[in-house]
Amino acid sequence: MPAPRDYDDIPGTMVFDGRRSRRGYALNKFLMSLNQPANREAFQNDEGAYLDRFAVDDEQREAVLRREWLRLIELGGNVYYTYKLAACDGMTFQDLAGEQTGMTAEDFAKMMLQGGRSPEGNRRRGESEAR
Amino acid sequence: MARLVGGVGCSHVPAVGAAIDKGKTGDPYWAPYFAKLEPARAWMAEARPDVCIVVYNDHANAFSLEVIPTFALGLADEFPPADEGYGPRPVPVVRGHPELAWHLAEALIMDEFDLTLVNEMAVDHGLTVPLSVMFGEPDAWPSRVIPLCVNVVQYPPPTGNRCYRLGQAIRRAVDAFEGDERVVVFGTGGMSHQLQGGRAGFINVDFDTRFLDGLVADPEAIAGIPHVEYLREAGSEGIELVMWLVMRGALGPEVREVYRATHVPTSNTHNGLLVLEGA
Repeated sequence: MPAPRDYDDIPGTMVFDGRRSRRGYALNKFLMSLNQPANREAFQNDEGAYLDRFAVDDEQREAVLRREWLRLIELGGNVYYTYKLAACDGMTFQDLAGEQTGMTAEDFAKMMLQGGRSPEGNRRRGESEAR
Repeated sequence: MARLVGGVGCSHVPAVGAAIDKGKTGDPYWAPYFAKLEPARAWMAEARPDVCIVVYNDHANAFSLEVIPTFALGLADEFPPADEGYGPRPVPVVRGHPELAWHLAEALIMDEFDLTLVNEMAVDHGLTVPLSVMFGEPDAWPSRVIPLCVNVVQYPPPTGNRCYRLGQAIRRAVDAFEGDERVVVFGTGGMSHQLQGGRAGFINVDFDTRFLDGLVADPEAIAGIPHVEYLREAGSEGIELVMWLVMRGALGPEVREVYRATHVPTSNTHNGLLVLEGA
């Protein structure tokens, strides 16, 4: 087992370290491929067949097809790679961020306009309700 | 000798680029932010840099998880805007400065900074948004650009201290370059923001203010901030702030703060803009 890290107690935060990079390598390779217009088109024409080209596992495949954004990060997706899938769906980065919090897009946008999520109560697990 | 005429710290929020590209800078959401850029743009117009060394990070565009250079220096004649998954930004091609770039490569590697050297590279919003912030929407960028790409996506990024020392080495190299170029160094990214997980939307204005104050007055102390403090206090993506330390290191021990503006929110980010000159 890899040793715990000094940042593991930050709530609602999955630092993209070696543990997650290894877990998500094939998933991120798929996401990276969406930088090419021909690949975006192929994916949008037949998502399942396009995913067959990559070594993603069943959990990752389901999370892609169901657009489970927080789950994609949990399964090793990096947020910048994951955004390429969100952009295929016409989402903004704020949409992608908000989707992971369980808030509605409207509530998330309102929170940002009011200065964002406060650090108070959100620095360490146990003092926080963030997931 | 080439002359370093100033430094710029600048967030590189993609939504800022989109607002410019889609003509939305006058919208109620964006107008207050863009109004704050004017003094910095006026400074830049007077600074008339021949070359900007832009320290930024790539966001899964030029580089992927296949190869992850910690520091990568762009040596090419030109760098096209990258397709980041939704088509490239409609901005001019970025023109390089291979002579100074190769001088930096040689000087920095001999100074024990083991850079990756890059001859072909597309540049993403991390580099082009700061150019748009400082230069607006010209038909061609008025300055040559040397991209210096730092890995901050795959943990761990280089330490703040390493970035600061690299900036000091860049200064030594610029000072030793036989040319009359005027050089501006950009440190980009940050300030506090978090794009992932249940804590997404995290903003910490107090941390960012302390960071900016310290960056100006006591950079050695700021260079000692450990990664866990950035992650906890500035958000998982706020760790991009280490790149501002490269810029600060290049300016020398004492600086004059010419301009500072901050704005919340720009999309998910506490946006920072800082202009410094060597004292």
